[in-house]
Amino acid sequence: MTEAPNTPRLPLWEVFIRPRNGLAHRHVGAVHAADAEMAMLAARDVYTRRGEGRSIWVVEARHLHASDPDDKAALFDPADDKVYRQPTHYHVPEEVGDM
Amino acid sequence: MYSQGLIRPGGPDGGEDDADALARFQARIDAEEKIEPGDWMPAAYRKTLIRQISQHAHSEIVGMQPEGNWITRAPTLRRKAALIAKVQDEGGHGLYLYAAAETLGIAREEMEEQLLTGAAKYSSIFNYPTLTWADVGAIGWLVDGAAIMNQIPLCRCSFGPYARAMIRVCKEESFHQRQGYEVMTALAKGSPAQKAMAQDALDRWWTPSVMMFGPPDSDSTHSDQSMAWKIKRFTNDSLRQRFIDATVPQAEYLGLRIPDPDLRWNAETGHYDIGPLDWDDFWRVVKGGGPMNRQRIANRRRAHDDGQWVRAAAAAHAAKRAARREAAE
Repeated sequence: MTEAPNTPRLPLWEVFIRPRNGLAHRHVGAVHAADAEMAMLAARDVYTRRGEGRSIWVVEARHLHASDPDDKAALFDPADDKVYRQPTHYHVPEEVGDM
Repeated sequence: MYSQGLIRPGGPDGGEDDADALARFQARIDAEEKIEPGDWMPAAYRKTLIRQISQHAHSEIVGMQPEGNWITRAPTLRRKAALIAKVQDEGGHGLYLYAAAETLGIAREEMEEQLLTGAAKYSSIFNYPTLTWADVGAIGWLVDGAAIMNQIPLCRCSFGPYARAMIRVCKEESFHQRQGYEVMTALAKGSPAQKAMAQDALDRWWTPSVMMFGPPDSDSTHSDQSMAWKIKRFTNDSLRQRFIDATVPQAEYLGLRIPDPDLRWNAETGHYDIGPLDWDDFWRVVKGGGPMNRQRIANRRRAHDDGQWVRAAAAAHAAKRAARREAAE
């Protein structure tokens, strides 16, 4: 039950799947694997048993950079008061119809 | 299911006495906002989820054993293919759930260790033996049926990665219950010996299945807080009642008898009433006294030990290839 001390922990890989051509790859989960090839095999077995995908991306988790949740306000709040970026902010006379 | 790499060491949790942070957190939950891995959360919320999701994962992994026991003896190729697919699904469900738990900052190896040393529990239903082929049918029908009842509300759980994993699990689980009921139907409509086998399986699996929803609300220690955090949406007893109401007519269709002399339709409440359940026996099995506890864990340990050289070889192979790539660059 105890691992040999020289066996490194298997790295974590994030898995992204394109459900069908025309759609973007979407994050579905993660697998542990020694290298990209094995991560790909594991992702295929774990996440596409029912034809869920036409393409798989695996990305080793340490290569993924995420925004800090504490920066949420600084990053995203400025968009909140810029309603003039929304089409509904502008008035088009009814007579003109849909635009 | 986001990577551990995105979680700061130790987690962002503040002190439990930070009343403002707790109030803000509860307000988010009350507004039906989902909590994602990097968000601030009370340490107790994190701990509760790690316990629940990892135990859920362990249950899926251990749950491969009782049915795996019948793969080589399935009566037809169709049944065998379905059973292999189902057992493979259970393994997949365990992996979705381990990945979800890892987003909370616990390592996969730590969870494996907890299962193998017996520190973590798993659903006690898997500590009963599968004595006949009919048990495969009864497990699909009753055990997976109860699991679906439990899992559907979890698709709306407040913790995003758990909810997303459960949506996948529920989609796949529905095939499990239907194939189980089909096995039971074939046996119940078969020879008297086959029907007796189906009845025997129902007799043994009914009570443990009804107990899968956990102790009665009056004794359930984690219930109130989990409800407030919207990890849990319905109480144990209300889910249990829903399962009973759905399952009794299914047994009637099969012409099988539910092994409970006190089972009655209650026209006043619009529900079935059942007789008392032996919760002492439930706790005895949870605590390791079931007929199969030892064997289930012994099998897991053996599988883990047998896989050791594979993990070591995969790591060595990856290291060798990485070194070659580096030398070529």
